[in-house]
This record gives sequence, structure tokens and C-alpha cells, in this order.
Amino acid sequence: MQADSLAAAAGRTAFWTGNNGLWLPPQSSTTAHEIDGIFNFILVLGTLLTLFVAVAMVYFVWVYRRRSHTDRPVDVHESKFLETVWIVIPTLLVLVVFFWGFRAYVSTSIPPSDSYEIGVTAKKWAWSFTYPNGQQTFSEVVVPVGQPIKLTMSSQDVLHSFFVPEFRIKHDVLPNRYSFVWFEAPREGVYQVVCTEYCGTAHSNMGAKIRVVSRPAFYAFLRDGFLPGEEPPPSSPAQIGERLYTQRNCNTCHSIDGSKIVGPSWLGAWGEQRPGSDEGVYDDAYVMQSIWYPQAYYAPGYAGVNMPSYEGQLDSTQVYSIAAYMRQLNGVATAADTTIVTAGAAPADSTSTP
Amino acid sequence: MATLTQTPAPAATPVAARAYPVGHEPVHNYLREPRPADDVRGLARAWEWIKSWALTVDHKRIGIMYLVAVSFFFSVGGLLAIALRLELFTVGTTIMEADTYNRVFTMHGLVMVFLFIIPSIPATLGNFLLPIMIGAKDVAFPKLNLMSLYVYAFGAMVALYSITTGGIDTGWTFYTPYSKDTGTAVIAMAMGAFIMGFSSILTGLNFIVTIHKMRAPGMTWNRMPLFLWSIYATSIVQILATPVIGITMVLLVMERTLGIGIFDPALGGDPVLFQHFFWFYSHPAVYIMILPAFGVISELMGTFSRQRVYGYRAVALSSVAIALLGFLVWGHHMFTSGQSPVSSVVFSLITFLIGIPSGIKVFNWVWTMYRGSVWLQTPMLYALSFLFLFTIGGVTGIMVGALAVDIHLHDTYFIVAHFHYVMMGGTVMAFLGGLHYWWPKMTGKLYNEKLGKLSALLVFTGFNLTFFIQFIMGSQGMPRRYYDYPDMPWLQPLHQVSTVGSWVLGLGLLIVLYNGLRSLKVGKPAPGNPWGAVTLEWSQCTSPPDPHNFHHTPLVTHGPYDYHVLFGPSGDSVGDGTAGPAPIPTVEVGAPQETDQQVDDGTSQPDPLA
Repeated sequence: MQADSLAAAAGRTAFWTGNNGLWLPPQSSTTAHEIDGIFNFILVLGTLLTLFVAVAMVYFVWVYRRRSHTDRPVDVHESKFLETVWIVIPTLLVLVVFFWGFRAYVSTSIPPSDSYEIGVTAKKWAWSFTYPNGQQTFSEVVVPVGQPIKLTMSSQDVLHSFFVPEFRIKHDVLPNRYSFVWFEAPREGVYQVVCTEYCGTAHSNMGAKIRVVSRPAFYAFLRDGFLPGEEPPPSSPAQIGERLYTQRNCNTCHSIDGSKIVGPSWLGAWGEQRPGSDEGVYDDAYVMQSIWYPQAYYAPGYAGVNMPSYEGQLDSTQVYSIAAYMRQLNGVATAADTTIVTAGAAPADSTSTP
Repeated sequence: MATLTQTPAPAATPVAARAYPVGHEPVHNYLREPRPADDVRGLARAWEWIKSWALTVDHKRIGIMYLVAVSFFFSVGGLLAIALRLELFTVGTTIMEADTYNRVFTMHGLVMVFLFIIPSIPATLGNFLLPIMIGAKDVAFPKLNLMSLYVYAFGAMVALYSITTGGIDTGWTFYTPYSKDTGTAVIAMAMGAFIMGFSSILTGLNFIVTIHKMRAPGMTWNRMPLFLWSIYATSIVQILATPVIGITMVLLVMERTLGIGIFDPALGGDPVLFQHFFWFYSHPAVYIMILPAFGVISELMGTFSRQRVYGYRAVALSSVAIALLGFLVWGHHMFTSGQSPVSSVVFSLITFLIGIPSGIKVFNWVWTMYRGSVWLQTPMLYALSFLFLFTIGGVTGIMVGALAVDIHLHDTYFIVAHFHYVMMGGTVMAFLGGLHYWWPKMTGKLYNEKLGKLSALLVFTGFNLTFFIQFIMGSQGMPRRYYDYPDMPWLQPLHQVSTVGSWVLGLGLLIVLYNGLRSLKVGKPAPGNPWGAVTLEWSQCTSPPDPHNFHHTPLVTHGPYDYHVLFGPSGDSVGDGTAGPAPIPTVEVGAPQETDQQVDDGTSQPDPLA
């Protein structure tokens, strides 16, 4: 788990950064300049070509404008030379662009052999990251500065795509298959990850942050689970549940103020009859069923809503924490829900973690 | 009749002495004939009118019915687009929820691609003009032509039925496995696309046979208007590529209903295979959309420059080259999808090669104006807009074709802007230009030129305002198909410019619609040849054309852009030579058809003044 302050850390805040012109985001990886170089080359060339066409058009329209409806234009014969010129020159130019693009592709897509490898799992609609030591983070990844990082990515449901504009990296994330991207960030900072392969309701909310920190800070993060100088995350079950609510993007579909978004609000009648049913009450078991097997039972008015299953995504401890958060929302939190669990003393049912 | 009344005094010019052949005056046109007998009245008359259109095999009436249908779907798609832009006006929910937005952008894409732009130019202008331009009475298989209209209508209804089953939210690309897991509306939409494919195939087949077998005497391949060359190239693509989307849609439906496990990774399938199948059709389909536009632009540049289209053969053959090379570049949609890097490299190379014929065309069109006589009427304004916008679409295509750059730009607004510059700035501008150009021929009415120019200006301005800024948003990192941009709120001002632009664009298109409808009611009757063009539909046909196009099969004696024939065989030698050029009555008032004038008996000499 990581500190809340990380989630709030600011990335880019303004359109005009003054850093890399009008067209491209700041260069924040060691390979960005290669892509920017060819982008700018084509941009200049393309602008010149467009201007050439536009100027020729305006000039001809003016000089050869029709002065009377009896205008008899001169019979123009095609010039083989002119035709050859505008076949050969564009051909040479596009071949230059092709080879440049090809070389840049090769040199930016092969990760160095000393890359630090982090696993990435995409799921509707959140990213999770797994470090070699087994530590997991959600919607945010902390990496050391000046170190090539290789992300090995896979999806658990549909296609996603991992895109970091400031690093100029992008690759689709497929189910049943590993794909990878790599980057090396030369400066500390916070960078935005976005999903660029359409994946459904919360496609546009499927972001994550890459936090580039100094190497000592990174090691401390690996050891403690939070960065030095920041508070360890408060860890009563209700607080963990509250964090999961945003980290796992539950907030995309479920409100906590009673309003209906896509799914039912979490502000509801805890402990009363399940809505629309005369069997069972609104309790931990109901919450667990709804998170792990969402299609097993639909609350009235939500039939057919396609909530993805979180079985294997959220373990029973986390589900318990979410239930604790719901109790807190509904004002029926128990003492255990708000007690901070100290290291070593896990919540009661943590032994049943799958 | 009205055209006759505009003819100058009979004594002044010998042209007026020639009358229309009896029974072929403009009043006997395809819009009025065949029609119910005069003694049929009331509802029965209305019913007879409906039947005379619904069961017609006249290519012109079929073209007009297509025009009504695609205009309707263009309006629907356009309104959806306005709604999308409005939603993006502010961060967060503006007018609709995420799921609604996803259905709206999917419908926008599907309606615009399958219901509007693919049939737009070939099925409307192509149907109307192709037989006339080659001097034939109709297409080779008129009943098949009518059937393709009904297949299109049926397919459209099946596709729209998907709205009633919950709407489709996959994007127009149907990428698996998402399209396998989402709502059942996918099935109806996929079957609709499957059915409409047949319409496209039948039309293409009809056109190819017609061009091969039904050209009038003297209409050699090298005398064919460039519009026909491009329609011919389009038809090849329609016939060869469309079956693949049909098969892909059937496989997708089978995947959903039977779980055959060809695309779904959960069943051992391969989602990237779906993308290969999909783009194997959908990239050539891009050329189905743009090639006919090339043809329209060639006609417009020629007529309004009164100059032979520069490099006729290069322009004609580059259409065919594009059609064939277009089959080999589909993988450039998949540089980041997980296809093999080696194929990405090959696809990138071929993509650049296909840019060259498009470049040749643009240069040739611009050079057509060289030493011409450029007439800035509404169709020419649209043609010039096309040249400018298509050039921008082309150079940004070079950007996204470059492997390394595409990694950054793929699936962002840069792509959205790029293909709107090509599809809307290209095809739609050409369609609008062509519609204005042939409107007098199709309806027999002149539209209001001032309104036409105003609309062209608004469309051009609004289009650039809407889409140019999307290039910048995209290269700055805004992903496409986003309902909201919570991670990049700093993009809001740019989105707002784009949204305002969409209003200007919409206003311009509304004026086009108003101008067209207005001309039907109060427009002046159109002369036979208001632009001074020399292709057969202008030089040999009344406005609107006769039900059988020509009163006898024309004999073609000159190329499609030999404007000197307008000046008559003796040209300037009329009078004592001091009075300046001879008048051109056919240009001004659309004199009766000069069908007997230009017979080539093999003895005519080259025009010494040409």
C-alpha cells in the first residue's frame, strides 16, 4: 500500500509547459527525443508542402481568374519533367522518413538488458503493478530515476493500451498474452498513464500515475511500502476500504452519496433486507457476492449491468475492508472497523486469503 | 421550356435556330416521366407516383433515392457528432453519462461509415452520372441496381434495430473480446454491416460491367472522365474487399452465439486476428470512401479551370494504383496492437508508397489551374477546400505512417483529426462540391450562389476550427474515444474551441440543406450546361436529363476536358476578327443540344487555334 499523498501528487497541470513547443508534451524519457526528432522533421516538411500547395492554389486562382465567360485558356501541354519531379522528390522524401521512423522504432522499442522489470495487470478499469518482491500497487507505480524499467503487461478481460504521453511509449495490453514497453526517466516527477484502447464504461477514467523517485527513496518504498517522509497509510479496515474505493475505481460506477451512477450507491440500508428480495440481508456475504460474482444477483433496476468480477482481484481481506467502509458510510461501523490494525495483527478473516 | 426562353434572340445567333428533338425537350425529364396517367386522381395518383419511384429501374431515380437516404444518415451522424462535442465541452458529465457517450460515438462512427460515406459518392453521384458520362441509357443490370438499393435499406434497418436492443458500445471497429462480452446489440449491427456489404458489392459489379461493355462509340478508355476512372477503381475494391468484412462479421456473430473460440482469448482465440480481418476490409474501405472523391475533384478542377486536367493519365492510373496497393497496408492500423514488429516495418514501407500516387494527384490538380480560367463558383470553393484539407490529411498520414511516431500518436485525437481531414475534409468536401456542381443537372434548378459560397466558407472555417486543434490535443496525449478527460483537465480550453467549431460546421451544413431545398421551390430553371463543361452529361443532356438520357446514342469525338469544343469549330474567326472571341451560347444559357454538330467523319483537322 502506498501513501495517500502519492495519489494526490500533481503531474502535468497546464497545457502550455513552455518546454517542448506547441505540439508535443515535455520529453521525460531517454527515448522521447528520437520520436520528437522525426515528428518535428515531418512537421516542418509537411508544413512547407502544405504552404506550397496553398500558395500555388491562391496564386493560380488569382492570376488565372476568369475575367469573362468567354475566356479561352491557352492549351497547356504536360511537362514530363514536372511530372517526374513530383514523383521522384516525394518518393525520396518518404523513403527518408520511412528509414528514420524504422530506425527510431528499433532503437526505442528494445529494452536494455539491465532493465528492472515490473508486472502490469490491466482490468476494467484500473491498472495494478507488481514488483519483483511481490509488492502490489494500484493505479500508481513508483520507479527509480535513471533506471531502465521494463513493464511486462497483460490484461484480465478486454484489450487495453498503456500510454504515457511524456515518455512516448504505448502498447496494447492483451488478455492471454504478454506485451511490454520500457522507459528510463531521467528526472524525478509524476507522469500520467492513460488507457488508449477503448474498453467500456470507464475507459476515460482508467488512468494511473508513474512516480519517478530517487533511488534511496525507491528502496525505502520497497522496504516499507511507502515513501520516506510520508505518513504510512492509515490502515483501519474502513480506511483501507475507502482507499480501495478510489484505487480500484469503484467510484466510477458507485456513488457514496445515494445518487445512481451506473451501479447502486453504497449509501444504502446496511443490515436491512436485500433490495427487492425477501431472502437474506444486506451484509458482508452480500457484499462479497456482489464483488466476486456480480452477475449472480442483480439489485432491482440494475438488471444486466455488466460489472466485472473482482474474484482473484480483491482478496477477502480487501472485501472485508470495503464492507467496513460501507458500514462506516451508513453509520453502523463497529469498533473493529475503525481500529488500526498493527503490523502482524491482520483482520480476523485474513487467513482465508485465496 | 424555360431554358428555351433564355436563349438570345434567334437572329443574333444561329444556335437558337436548332430546336430540341421532338419529345426530348427538358420538360420531358426523368423526374416527371414515367408518371401516372392524367386521369388517375387522388390517393390512387399518389400511390402510382410512389410505385413509379419505388419500382423504377432508372439509374437516375435510384441515385436520387440514395441521395435522400445518405443525406438523412449524414444528418443523423452529424447530430450525434454535435452531441459528442457538446459532452466534451467541460470536464465531467456535461450532457450525458459515460455509457450513453460510448453508444453515441459508436453510432456516429457506424452511421457515418457504413450508412453514409461508403455509399455516398458511388451510389448517388456514381449511379446518376456513370451511365450518362459513358453515353449509355442505363447501367448494365438495372434491376440489380434497384435491388442493391433495397439491400442497403434492409441492411440499414437491421443495423438501426440494434438501437432497440440496448445500443451498441464497441466503437465502429468491433474489437474483440470487448464486442464478444458487451450487449447483444452487436449481433444486429454486425448483421446490418454484413447485409449492406452486398449492396456495395452489387453496385461495384454493376459499375464495372457497365464501364466495360456499355461505353458509347468513341468513348475510349482515355476519353473517359476521370470520375469514371475513380469509380472503376472503387468498384474493384468494393468487390474484392467487402466479402472479407462479411466473413468477419459472420465469425463475430458465431463467436457470440456459438462460442467458436476464434477471436476470444478466453476460448483460445486471438483478438489480434480479428483486427487483421477487420482492417483487411476497412483499410481498403478507406479508399472506397476517398477514391470517388478524387474523381469528383478531377471534374471540378477541369471544368472550373476550363483546362484539361493536368496529367490525365497519371491521375487516372494513380487511382488504380491506390486501389491495388490499398490492399497491402492494413497493418498500419496495428503498430501497437501486438502484431509482429517485422510486419509493422513492411506495412509502414508500403504505406509510404501509397502516399505517392495521392501526392501526384494533388500536384496535378493544382497545376490544372495553371494558365487556365479559374471560375470561383461554389463547387470550385469546395474543390479548393478539398485540396487544402486533403493535403493536411495526407502529410499527417505520413506522420502516423512513420513507425516510431505512430507509437506516440496511435489511438489519440491526432488520429481522429487525421482521418476526419481525409474523410470529411476530403470525401465530404468533394461530395458537397459535386452535389453543387451536378445539382442543376439532377434537379433542373439553380441553387443560390451567394448562399452556396457562404456555406462553403462556413463549412471550411468550422471544419478547421473543429479538427485542427485536435491534432494538437492528440500529439499532446489526449486519447480518442474518451467520454471525459479527468487526468488532463488542462485540455478543456482546446476542447471548447473544437466544440464551438462543430457549431460553425453544423451551421454551414444547415445552410447547404436550406439552399438545396430552397432551390427546389424557388430556384431558377437550370440551363443544360451552366458551367461550360464538355462531359456528356452537360454537353448532350437536358437539365434534368431525359428518362433515357439521350435521344440517340452520342458519338464521342473529343476528350472529357477538351474545352475548346465549346468555342465551335471556327472559334475566333467569326466576323471580321476584330470583335474578340466568339460568344459561347452553350455556356450562358444552355442552348438546345448540339448533337448533330460534332460528328467526326474522320476528316476533321486539328483546330488551328487550339
